[in-house]
Amino acid sequence: MAETPLWEVFIRPRNGLAHKHVGSLHAADAVMALQAARDVYTRRGEGNSVWVVPSSAITASDPDHAGEMFEPTGDKIYRHPTFYDIPDEVGHM
Amino acid sequence: MYSQGLIGADGRTGETEAFLAAFQARIDAEEKIEPKDAMPEGYRRTLVRQIGQHAHSEIVGMLPEGNWITRAPSLKRKAALLAKVQDEGGHGLYLYSAAETLGVTRDEMTEELLAGKAKYSSIFNYPTLTWADIGTIGWLVDGAAIMNQIPLCRCSFGPYARAMIRICKEESFHQRQGYEIMLTLCRGTEAQKAMAQDALDRWWWPSLMMFGPHDAESSHTEQSMAWKIKRFSNDELRQKFIDATVPQADYLGLKVPDPAMRWDEALNGGKGGYRHGAIDWDEFWRVVKGEGVMNRDRIAARKKAWEDGAWVREAALAHAAKRAARKVAAE
Repeated sequence: MAETPLWEVFIRPRNGLAHKHVGSLHAADAVMALQAARDVYTRRGEGNSVWVVPSSAITASDPDHAGEMFEPTGDKIYRHPTFYDIPDEVGHM
Repeated sequence: MYSQGLIGADGRTGETEAFLAAFQARIDAEEKIEPKDAMPEGYRRTLVRQIGQHAHSEIVGMLPEGNWITRAPSLKRKAALLAKVQDEGGHGLYLYSAAETLGVTRDEMTEELLAGKAKYSSIFNYPTLTWADIGTIGWLVDGAAIMNQIPLCRCSFGPYARAMIRICKEESFHQRQGYEIMLTLCRGTEAQKAMAQDALDRWWWPSLMMFGPHDAESSHTEQSMAWKIKRFSNDELRQKFIDATVPQADYLGLKVPDPAMRWDEALNGGKGGYRHGAIDWDEFWRVVKGEGVMNRDRIAARKKAWEDGAWVREAALAHAAKRAARKVAAE
């Protein structure tokens, strides 16, 4: 028999915050995944909203290519406000 | 309990010196390792083994306590015990999901447990004979688990560390409810206090064994400490547990069943601590190798649950397929 599919679980602790990944679980479909996520990950008021996403639907970046993926942002220091000199007399900007 | 997860661990690894040195540098810099990162095969294998055994321990750990849910002495105790056993199930699930990020499947782990190939903590192969055992398990077994688990929150493998943070938050309730059961019994009748003492007598030594063999006998500790899977040695954690627990027993008016136990100024680098008597390691190895009182019952109970639940798993998948087909037809 096929293994019951894997789902990734995201919880929003309260309104105003983003959903955050908390772990995964197995469930036959989305409805059952939501119920299981409630039981497994919110036994003590951890949140007021749950997302479940099939793990197979997630495309992840490859850590071996993290260099070419993220390094280009490292040398663009002109993207940061501190790159620009503003005279003290101008005041806070 | 989880130091036992390293028994039989195989940290051998076949990577080049350069690869291993680069990995070790990340560990030494306190960088967390995430599932898809390059890692030595020995690191992966050690973690799959330890996290899997930890998960199995949580699941099998539901059995000795579940045994008392129907006989809890009050509604308050029953509600607390139900919540605690449900937490243990949850802990098992967090941990299985952490292990699965390393490429092992849930079914493979389940099969290993049911086939008797995977280990779980030796402590759960002892029977729960009286209600005082439930108090003692919360107090000592969960207390020892907390000692082991708090350093695991800083384990180098990200998903394991994150699961442990959730677990540790919940364990504190387990230990406190157990100690409160003991306190109630010790303030009760002579017979109740005797029951509490009897439970302590039976659970004390097995609780000390939860930390695993002495450091000198624990051959896998060194590699696991270098990889920061493990942060303290078995003996260090055992000593911490003893020093914390003996005064708690004193407060209850109970006596730790170790005639050799004495305060020793020289322990803990001169801060003093309780020096314990000899641990019966023959008993420990017997239980680890499957000859504890409850080993066969525990696996039989898990097998029965798995087999009796087969139709539920099949029905859930069939229902999901039917619902999906209906949705397609409606579109």
